[in-house]
Amino acid sequence: MINKFIVENFLKPIAFIVLAMFIGGVLIFLTGKDPVLAIGSLLTGALGGKTQIAETLVKTVPLLICGLAVAMAYRSSFFNIGAEGQFLVGALASTWFAVSVQWPSIFMIPATFLVGAIAGGLLCGVVGLLKIKTGASEVINTLMFNYIAFRLVGYAVNGPLKEGYLPQTASIANTALLPIIWPGTRLHIGIVLAVILAIVLQFILFRTVFGYQIRAVGLSARAATYGGINASKRILQTTLLSGALAGLAGSIELMGVTGRLYEVFSPGYGFDAIAISLLARNNPAGVIVSALLFGILRGGAGQMQRVADVSMVIIYVIQALIIVFVVLSMDGKKGQKSIGNKIKGLWGKKWTPLKGGAVDE
Amino acid sequence: MKKEVVVSMRNISKEYPGVLANDRVNFDLAEGEIHGLLGENGAGKSTLMKILYGMEQPTEGDIYIRGIKTAIDTPKSALEQGIGMVHQHFMLIKNFSVAINVTLGMTDRLGYRLDERRAIHLLQEFYSEMTYFKVDPKGIIEELPVGIQQRVEILKILFRGAKILILDEPTAVLTPNETQELFDILKRFTKDGYSIIFISHKLDEIMELTDRVTVMRDGRVIGEVNTKETSKEELARMMVGREVIFRLPKTKQQQGAPVLSVDKLTVDTDWGRAVNKLSFSVHKGEILGIAGVDGNGQKELVEAIVGLRAKTSGVVMLQEQDITNTHPHQFNRECSYIPEDRQEEGLIMEYSIADNLILKNHNQEPFSKHYLLDKEIILNHANQLIEDYRIKTPNAQVMVKALSGGNQQKVVVSREMSKDPDLLIAVNPTRGIDVGSIEEIQVKLLKHRDEGKAILLVSTELEEILSLSDRIAVLYEGEFMGIVSPDTPVESIGLMMAGTRHRGEGEQDDQ
Ligand SMILES: Nc1ncnc2c1ncn2[C@@H]1O[C@H](COP(=O)(O)OP(=O)(O)OP(=O)(O)O)[C@@H](O)[C@H]1O
Ligand SMILES: [Mg+2]
Repeated sequence: MINKFIVENFLKPIAFIVLAMFIGGVLIFLTGKDPVLAIGSLLTGALGGKTQIAETLVKTVPLLICGLAVAMAYRSSFFNIGAEGQFLVGALASTWFAVSVQWPSIFMIPATFLVGAIAGGLLCGVVGLLKIKTGASEVINTLMFNYIAFRLVGYAVNGPLKEGYLPQTASIANTALLPIIWPGTRLHIGIVLAVILAIVLQFILFRTVFGYQIRAVGLSARAATYGGINASKRILQTTLLSGALAGLAGSIELMGVTGRLYEVFSPGYGFDAIAISLLARNNPAGVIVSALLFGILRGGAGQMQRVADVSMVIIYVIQALIIVFVVLSMDGKKGQKSIGNKIKGLWGKKWTPLKGGAVDE
Repeated sequence: MKKEVVVSMRNISKEYPGVLANDRVNFDLAEGEIHGLLGENGAGKSTLMKILYGMEQPTEGDIYIRGIKTAIDTPKSALEQGIGMVHQHFMLIKNFSVAINVTLGMTDRLGYRLDERRAIHLLQEFYSEMTYFKVDPKGIIEELPVGIQQRVEILKILFRGAKILILDEPTAVLTPNETQELFDILKRFTKDGYSIIFISHKLDEIMELTDRVTVMRDGRVIGEVNTKETSKEELARMMVGREVIFRLPKTKQQQGAPVLSVDKLTVDTDWGRAVNKLSFSVHKGEILGIAGVDGNGQKELVEAIVGLRAKTSGVVMLQEQDITNTHPHQFNRECSYIPEDRQEEGLIMEYSIADNLILKNHNQEPFSKHYLLDKEIILNHANQLIEDYRIKTPNAQVMVKALSGGNQQKVVVSREMSKDPDLLIAVNPTRGIDVGSIEEIQVKLLKHRDEGKAILLVSTELEEILSLSDRIAVLYEGEFMGIVSPDTPVESIGLMMAGTRHRGEGEQDDQ
């Protein structure tokens, strides 16, 4: 018997992607292009050789860690669509830190990680605080905070942190750069960190008291509170964790790939992360697989465009189709099967702060 | 008596993973009758009705509507056949009007727009035919009492042309008065040619209302009897398979020191004052029953004690400790609480039985050590309680939402009782539970009290209060009309429930 864990976390995501690529292929055919060539070049572009594989993995790193950020938050019913902003703010803070000081690597790397994680955590934590204190929708707020982050980065690279003529910062300290693990490619240690993080988070979520509590809060804040769990506190902690993860992803991208910050630092990793988390049904272990699949789509898109003359837009179509499949395969809220209910189930839950009574633990 | 058979279910079987919920069931409904469906928790009643209403597909078997074999694959096709169902848990949109709720989704008559005026108009047109069953079309659901919300559910299916009504435990949430009103309406319906299937665990209601009863056990039909030719005792025996005692053995008990003391507790809500300067205490070795019609402040009182609701003023003492305005986990330490609404408050529906059973103490040994959960101990604990409380499930890993209603309640009750709490607050602890298990749970409650523990029992079932309590406090509009002994005549308790004070005693007559 195939274990449910494998089906949910590995087989289902792969099946959805294959199905979505097939429909994508049909669409390519309808536009008069050659779908076999397109999909073929997508795959060779992503996996056709040493450089391609390494590049795909390099793209997988930020996708994976941001995916984890979204998944963890979602587990406590916090719909974090601000991973993009937290990613940028993390990178920005790390840049500021790593152009200002230069310590030996053993201190420099963890410190730069920490600075990025704190920045991301704070950005998301503020929204968490607003949600638990006032009930303000995190969907709106995290989205708005993305714009703050875009502008902040824009300001920094054109202003205080600008170096030279281009809108970009100086290179960060050498000691803050992450080691390359596959000689001759750009693949850095970040991929190992990301996978370890996913496994650790999977463990935390399902084997620890903290994980039990945040899942309980996410499934029913009311029942969790009745059970003695401080729901507000758990939501706040998860938002901090979530933002910290996304911020860390920004630091790692900076320290492993770019070495400096510039205006279009992220091609939307934080937004892809939402779909990745969804595809993984918000299971950290599943995020490994779905991030890799998205990494392949991203990694091969350029090649597909060049060789088969198929617009990269088709990749977004495929991603959208994946989301549709995931939604269709879900149980709706309260087990109802209507699509409306399923979509409602996706959305972060409405949260009414407890009035009085429940104070701190 | 030769009435047409409107529904005939033949050889229906339904298998869920690990459970045979219906096993070759035959069920007939005659035109114009009220047909009771009775059985233990998990016997398969709701499943059988969901099959008739097209929400579940039978693994085997056929359904005949007026003699014609019919496939019912969705509620929509059930309604086309004139079959409608009201679920135990309402499915209404809380902040919409009655008219919108009743007409929602009827695109053939309303189009795809939410047109309030047109909805109201359609409903009023409907009322002109159905003269004795109305709800104000403009009322907003969340502002209506439960009994009226239920009428909206019934209206929904009548409006869609249902002639066969399935009511799954409709009286579980109703006050005695509302129940009586519902019964009057149902009897009236049968005169107009409606046929009704009525599920309830309350044998008195079955005896009063129905014409025939089908009894189920373990997914099978045990028998079908005419109500006139049977008795409560016989029905209980049929469903449980043994004699059920209806009188509990209650011994006189020595009262000890107070465990819970409440002093001048006042709770204000958005709607006004719910609890007004209540003072009382619950002692070791006693059950203090709080009687009263639902909605007279019971919920607010209990939530304020537990820590789920802010108190306006007053003090709550647990033994020697002041727990006024603390987080519920403070209360949970030595005490237990069975909340009113199991699905919203008592359970995490998408957690397994095992995980739900540790909700109150998952962060304590032996269930967790150093922040790590011990899966094996958690499972063993669950298996033990499943056995002790006869929770019907294939295993402890099953999600609670796949359990029958009564078995969900048993999960809550077993969790709270197994902690062996110094104080147990139980709100309608036996709601939705079958007669056999009610008896077992009530015996457990008495045993708990005999061991010197305190119980605060809040129940809308007067009978339950009378048979379990050592003292009875009657709550009316947030105040006690008196605290009396259970020997007090039922009539005077009834009067107190309606707002008459007990022989001039003040509200703080506790000690
Ligand atoms: N969706 C489901 N998945 C798995 N098992 C189910 C599901 N629904 C019901 N069951 C099982 O089928 C059996 C019959 O359940 P059903 O709800 O019909 O009982 P019931 O007679 O209505 O009981 P109650 O009086 O407690 O409401 C139970 O053992 C239950 O666990
Ligand atoms: Mg049922």
